[in-house]
Amino acid sequence: MTIKQISVFVENKEGRLSEISTILADAGIHIRALCMADTTDFGILRLIVSNPENAKQILKDAGLTVSLTQVIAVSIPDQVGGFAHAVKILSDAGISIEYLYPSIGRDHEHDNTAYIILRVNDNERAIATLQANGVPLLQESDLAHI
Amino acid sequence: MFWQKDLETMPRPKLEELQLERLRWIVDYCIRNVPFYAKRLGEAGVTAEKIKTLSDIQYIPYTNKTDIRDNYPNGLFAVPMSKIVRIHASSGTTGKPTVVGYTKNDLNNWADQIARLATAVGVTSEDVFQISFGYGLFTGALGLHYGLERIGCAVIPASAGNTQKQLMMLRDMKVTGLVSTPSYALYMSECALEGDEPMSDYHLRIGLFGSEGCTPEMRSQIEKNWGLFATDNYGLSELMGPGVSGECEMRQGLHFAEDHYYPEIIDPVTLQPKAPGEQGELVVTTLTKEGFPMLRYRTKDISRLNYEPCACGRTHCRMDKVTGRTDDMLKIRGVNVFPSQVESVLIGMEHIGPHYQLVVRREGFADTLEVKVELINGALLESYSELEKLQRKIHDQLKSILGIETKVSLVEPKTLERFQGKAKRILDLRGENSLK
Repeated sequence: MTIKQISVFVENKEGRLSEISTILADAGIHIRALCMADTTDFGILRLIVSNPENAKQILKDAGLTVSLTQVIAVSIPDQVGGFAHAVKILSDAGISIEYLYPSIGRDHEHDNTAYIILRVNDNERAIATLQANGVPLLQESDLAHI
Repeated sequence: MFWQKDLETMPRPKLEELQLERLRWIVDYCIRNVPFYAKRLGEAGVTAEKIKTLSDIQYIPYTNKTDIRDNYPNGLFAVPMSKIVRIHASSGTTGKPTVVGYTKNDLNNWADQIARLATAVGVTSEDVFQISFGYGLFTGALGLHYGLERIGCAVIPASAGNTQKQLMMLRDMKVTGLVSTPSYALYMSECALEGDEPMSDYHLRIGLFGSEGCTPEMRSQIEKNWGLFATDNYGLSELMGPGVSGECEMRQGLHFAEDHYYPEIIDPVTLQPKAPGEQGELVVTTLTKEGFPMLRYRTKDISRLNYEPCACGRTHCRMDKVTGRTDDMLKIRGVNVFPSQVESVLIGMEHIGPHYQLVVRREGFADTLEVKVELINGALLESYSELEKLQRKIHDQLKSILGIETKVSLVEPKTLERFQGKAKRILDLRGENSLK
């Protein structure tokens, strides 16, 4: 129940992000979630996309340093306390979150749903705990629908 | 294996006799044929008759790069153009190029010098050699070309650039020997490893590398990637080109072609000769050159000469790999920094590529050194702290080697310029008056 996340090393220089996103756009790759923080010199662009293997190859071919990691995507009700509920489940189970970011995709049938991408220290335990507590998780094939 | 065994293994007393005889000849030849030397040596009171021993060479004034430039284009040629059969010129990154001319005899000697150093590392007429130095005014490509042809190798003048095509030739022509700069050999190997063809399609067994420095770490990386025996040779266009010195199979220093060149080591500051075995600036006098003779040319290269006998049987002294250049040395906050020191730290490091750039700036009154390296491995992308740890590790090792603070920057793969000629790894932004 994990999905693949792409991490790309991006130098902090003018126009670089634009070039990278254009490479993905030209290849018809649809970005479903993204986040990027920076230090003074570089940033790591993290992406959830429609076709991660393909996207990874395209970025590699363009000469970029890229890696793939398994992350968890949880579906939470888009309302006050929705996020707190999911995080508390993990916290109570002693699972730590290394970073997280929201998806830009929505479930068009259930307008009240938001998706959060989670990178935790123990995927298997996190999945088991979330499922035991009735928190829906996305799988790779769901990415086409959000 | 030897190319000219009698000359290469000549007993030292006999060799020194030959050098003295040739030194007297070249001094007289320069006075008679080059007005610049006639004036210089006249002022210093030096004539061929006054040179009684080899150590009397110390009375001859040094010749500098600026002397060549001041006599641009051919003021230092010792023969009329009708006797010149080849012209080369150095890159001329600063000011006008250095133009050099060769007579037929010069080219003949040059080919023998190359044939010697290639034979010394096992090259035979069975070898197929690809020359991936840029052809043109640069001496490297044609120098090696004629020497390898003289041995009887099949020579492919591939020139530099178009790496995919280079790799195709290496595979399809079953090339066994490669001539290039070490950095280009490394770059080609990276491309070969990334390519679709298996490494078993390549048959390289010997590399003749030169024209820029190469640390032991870089050399072993090249050897590992290609599975070849990497050897170093040295030379400069002001003297001839490659062939001035080269390694034998022992790889314990580069044998100087002492019957054609007389080497000295001097202190670059006091200009006094250094004792044998001491490190300093290499100064060379050509002993047989007709077209463009040089008396006590200051190479700016820092090295050492070893007169101990070599296990290979050659009696010609061995020079250490050049450890730096007197004009390449960076002075940062009063500390001498050589790019080769930085390279030795970087090349053994995981996750980063072997290429680097040094950027020197002046911030306020303090100099800063930025070291840019390429992050080539995605394994650390999971967390910023891992990348910062890598930066810190490089920083700490640099600090222990150089003794100064540096700023380590990670950059994307293949964004630092690859050099097909000499590597230009230093960007000094401190302004006009600083050391280059």
